[in-house]
Amino acid sequence: MSEKASFRTSGGVRGWFGRQPWYVRAVLILFFTVLAYLLPYAGDVPLIGPQIITEGIDWPSALFNMSYYVLLALGLNVVVGYAGLLDLGYVGFFAVGAYGTALLTSPDSVIYADTGWKWLMAVPAALVLTMLAGVILGWPTLRLRGDYLAIVTLGFAEIIRIVATSTTTLRGDRGFASIPHPPGSWNGEPIFGVTDAIPYFWLGLTVIILVILGVRNLDRSRVGRSWLAIREDEEAAEVMGVRTFKYKLWAFAIGAFIGGLGGVLFAGEQSFINSQTFVLQFSILVLAGVVMGGSGNMAGAILGGVLISYIPDRLRGLSFGDTDLYEYRFAIFGAAIILIMVLRPQGLIPSRRRAMELKDREKEVAPL
Amino acid sequence: MSEPHQKTPEELDRENARPVDQPAPTGGSASAPATRSVSGDDVLLEVDHVTLRFGGVVALNDVSFSLRKGEIFGLIGPNGAGKTTCFNAMTGVYRPTEGAIRFQGESIVGKKKHQITRGGIARTFQNVRLFPEMTALENVMVGADAHHKTSVISALFRLPRFWREEKSGRERSLELLRFVGIAHRAGDVSRNLSYGEQRRLEIARALATNPTLLCLDEPAAGFNPAEKEDLLQLIRRIRDTGVTVLLIEHDMRLVMGVTDRIVVLEFGKKIAEGTPAEVRDNPAVIAAYLGVPTDAA
Amino acid sequence: MDFSGLINDFGPLTVTGLAQGAIIALFALGYTLVYGVLRLINFAHSEVFLLGTYACLFVWGLFGLDQNSATPSVGPMLLYMVIGLIAAIVVSGATALTVEFVAYRPLRRRNAPPLAFLITAIGASLFISEVVGVTTHRNQTGVPPIIQARPLFTIGDTTVTNLQVLIILLALVMMFALDRFINGSRLGRGVRAVAQNPDSAALMGVNKSRVIALVFLLGGLMAGIAAVMYDLKIGVTRYDAGFLLGIDAFTAAVLGGIGNLRGALLGGLLLGVLQNYAAGLFGSQWLHAASFVLLVVILLFRPTGLLGESLGRSRA
Repeated sequence: MSEKASFRTSGGVRGWFGRQPWYVRAVLILFFTVLAYLLPYAGDVPLIGPQIITEGIDWPSALFNMSYYVLLALGLNVVVGYAGLLDLGYVGFFAVGAYGTALLTSPDSVIYADTGWKWLMAVPAALVLTMLAGVILGWPTLRLRGDYLAIVTLGFAEIIRIVATSTTTLRGDRGFASIPHPPGSWNGEPIFGVTDAIPYFWLGLTVIILVILGVRNLDRSRVGRSWLAIREDEEAAEVMGVRTFKYKLWAFAIGAFIGGLGGVLFAGEQSFINSQTFVLQFSILVLAGVVMGGSGNMAGAILGGVLISYIPDRLRGLSFGDTDLYEYRFAIFGAAIILIMVLRPQGLIPSRRRAMELKDREKEVAPL
Repeated sequence: MSEPHQKTPEELDRENARPVDQPAPTGGSASAPATRSVSGDDVLLEVDHVTLRFGGVVALNDVSFSLRKGEIFGLIGPNGAGKTTCFNAMTGVYRPTEGAIRFQGESIVGKKKHQITRGGIARTFQNVRLFPEMTALENVMVGADAHHKTSVISALFRLPRFWREEKSGRERSLELLRFVGIAHRAGDVSRNLSYGEQRRLEIARALATNPTLLCLDEPAAGFNPAEKEDLLQLIRRIRDTGVTVLLIEHDMRLVMGVTDRIVVLEFGKKIAEGTPAEVRDNPAVIAAYLGVPTDAA
Repeated sequence: MDFSGLINDFGPLTVTGLAQGAIIALFALGYTLVYGVLRLINFAHSEVFLLGTYACLFVWGLFGLDQNSATPSVGPMLLYMVIGLIAAIVVSGATALTVEFVAYRPLRRRNAPPLAFLITAIGASLFISEVVGVTTHRNQTGVPPIIQARPLFTIGDTTVTNLQVLIILLALVMMFALDRFINGSRLGRGVRAVAQNPDSAALMGVNKSRVIALVFLLGGLMAGIAAVMYDLKIGVTRYDAGFLLGIDAFTAAVLGGIGNLRGALLGGLLLGVLQNYAAGLFGSQWLHAASFVLLVVILLFRPTGLLGESLGRSRA
C-alpha cells in the first residue's frame, strides 16, 4: 500500500514518506485510498475537477477502463519488471480470462446448457484457466533466451486471437453476448447495472488494492528476492541455489493470473466480447505503460497504466488548427513515449532500489 | 529437494543457531579438522580422471585429485592452465567429457547448478557477481534462501513458515555479514560497496547457503598486501567453522601461506600434488612458473 | 485437415511460398543486422517497410498511375520499376536512419537499460503507423499493375509466373550483394568487428556510431526493396501491413538464427513455404499460428536458430 500512496508523490516525497512513523503513514494511505474511491465524483470538485475529467465521455466508464489497464500493468510488471522476462503477448492472458468467463456464462456458449453459470461462479474457473495458460506457455518457452521469449509470447497472443477469430466455438466476430454482470443488489436494484459504471470502478479498484497487497507480499519475501536475483544475474542466482526456472514459471503464472483478473472484470462489465477486442497492439501498449511508468516498481506500473488509458482519452475533443487531435491520439501517444523514454530512461518513477541509492548518499553525508 | 545428503530441518536449525564466528563443533561424520593427516575415508570431493574438451581443444586432460574434509585446498597454475575450467566442472557449470566428479561419494555430473549448491558446494566468482541493485543484506539472504522452504503461497498469505524463515534468514545473514566484517553496510545497495567489501559480501553470500565445501575463485585478485592478509585470516576462520575450502589462485605466496595441500595444473594436466613445501620444491612446478618447458626440467 | 488439398496444390503452394519467403527474408535482414550489432529488437523496422510500400505508390501516382491503370509496355515498365525501387529505398533508408537518430541514439548516449530501447522503438512504430493510418483513413490503397503476373513456364502442373521469378531472383541477388559487402568490404569488416566485440572494435579505430548508422541504412534499403515486391505481389497495402508482415519477418530472422544474414534468407524462405503448406492443410487463417508453433519447436531443439547467431563469426 505504501507503493500505492507513493505513486502520487515524487521521489523526494517518497523518501519523506518512508521516514514517517507508522501511524502517519497509515493515515496518509487511508486518506489516498478514500480519495481513490471518490474519483468518480472528481467532476464535482470546483475548479480542479473540470480540468481532470475529459469532456464528452462517461467519466466513470473511463475510470473503469483505467482500472483494468492498471491491473494489466501491475500483472505485466511482475513478469517484466520483477523477473525481467520480456512478454510481448500479455494481452493473450487478458483474452483467456475474458473468453473463459464468456464460455462459462454466455448463452451463446456451446457449453452454456451444461453450466449456465453466473459471473461469480465463472471467476475462479476462468482464473485457473488463465494460470494454466501461463504455465503451458511458460513451460517450453522459459528455457529460451530473453529475446526469443519476446517473439514466442508475441506468437502466443497471435494464436489466441487467431483461434478466437477462426473457430466456431469461440464465435469470431459474432462474439459472446449477455455475459452476466457481477452479482449483488441494493434496495432491490442490481448494483452492477448497465448505465452506471461507478460500481464497476469500485470493484476494479478493490481488486487492484488486493493485487497490490499480494504482489507486495511476494516482493518482500524469498520469492521477490529470487525474481530480482534472476533479473540481475541469472547464472549467479542459480549458483546461489535459486531455482530459476521454477520462479520464472511462477512469475509467468502470477502475471497470467492478474491479466486474467483484468479479463474477467472486463467481460463482466462489457457483457459482450468478440475477437476484435484483443488486438496485439494492446499488449504492446501495456508494456509501454509499464516501462514508461518505471518497471520493477508498482507505483510506476500504476502510473503507466493510468497514462496509457488517460492520455488518449484526454485528447478527445481537442483540436489543433483544423486537425482533430483525437484522431491522432495514438500517434501523439507514440511520440510521447519516445519523449518520455529519452528524457527519463528509467521511467517516470524509477524503482525503489534507485531511490534507495539516493538515500544511501544521504546517509553517507550524515555521520553515523 | 530430495537429495540424500539434504540436511534435515533440525540440523539446519542447529547450524543456524550456532554463532558462525566461533569454531563449530565437528559434526557427526567429520573428523577433527585440525588434524592434517586425514585418512581416505574423509574424502569430501573426488575429481576422478576428468577430461574436458571444447571442440578440438583439450581444456582438462585426465585430471584426478581429491579434497579431504576440513582442509584448505589450493588449486594453482599459470594463467590458462585450466584452473577455472576445473572449478566450473566441479560446480556444475561445465560437464566433463570423460571421468567423474563425486561429492560426498555421489556423482554431481549432470546435476543442476542449484541442486549442487543445495547439496553443499558454494562458490564465488572470479569477477565479482553480486546482485548489484540489492542491498548487501538481501544479497546474503538470497544465499540463505537456498535452504528455505517458504512457498509462493506461504509468502503470499504470510503464513507462519514465512515469518519464521524470514526472521532466521535475516539473523543468519546479519551474522555472516558480521563474520566477514561488513555488517555496517548491511542496508546499502551492493553496487555502492567498495571492491574489497564486495568480495567479502560475495563470500558471505556463498556461506549463507550452508556449504560443506566453499570454492573461492581468485578471491584476492586486485587486493593489496594488507587486504590479502585480512583475507587469509578470513579463510582460516571459515575453515575453523568446519567448512572445507577450495582456493583457486595464481598468487603463489598467498596459497602457500594458507593451504594444507595443493594441486598444480599446467596446460590442463596435473603436474604436482602435495603440501605447500613439497610443491614449492617440485622441479616441474618451478619450471611451469618460470616458463621452462616441463620435459627439460 | 485437408491432405488432398496440400497434395494437389503442392507445387503452386511451394512456389507461392518461396516468393512470399523471399520478401520476408529481405524484410528480416533489417532485424538481423541491427540485432547482430546492437542486440536490439528494432521494433520500428516494420514501419520502415511500411513507408516503403507507400513511397513507390506515391511516385507511381505522380506518373498518373493508379490501381485501375492499364499495364504499361516493357519500356515504361522498366522505368517505373526503377523509379519505384529508388523511391522505396530512399524513403525506407531515410526512415531507418531517422529512427536511429531520434529514438535510439539519445538513449545510447544516456546508457539506458535495454528495455528502454524497445519502448522507444514501440513509440516510433506506433507514431508512424498511426500517422499513415489517419491520413489514409485506415483504408487499403491499391497498387497499379506495373507488372502483370503472367505464366512464364510450367514444371509438371505447376505454373510459375514472371513476377514470382522476379521476386525470388531479386531477393537472391540482394542477399548475395549484401553478403559480399559485409564479408568483403572494409566497411563490412567494421560491421563484423562491432558485432563481435563493440569495445575492442572501438579500440581498433572502428567508428561505432557510423557502423550503427550503416546497419540501419542497409536494413532500410533491403526493406525498401521488399516493400516494392510486396506491393506488386499483394496488390494492396495498408497502414498495418508493416506490423503484420514484420512479425513474420522477425520470426524468420529468429528461425534462421538472429544476427546471421544467411539465416535470415533460410528462415524467410522456409517460413514462406511452410506457411503456405499450413494454409493448404488447415486453411489460410491458420497461417500465422502454424509459423509460431514451428518457431517454438525449432527453438526448443536449436536454441540459437537453424544457422546459429553471430553476425561476425559465422561468415554472415
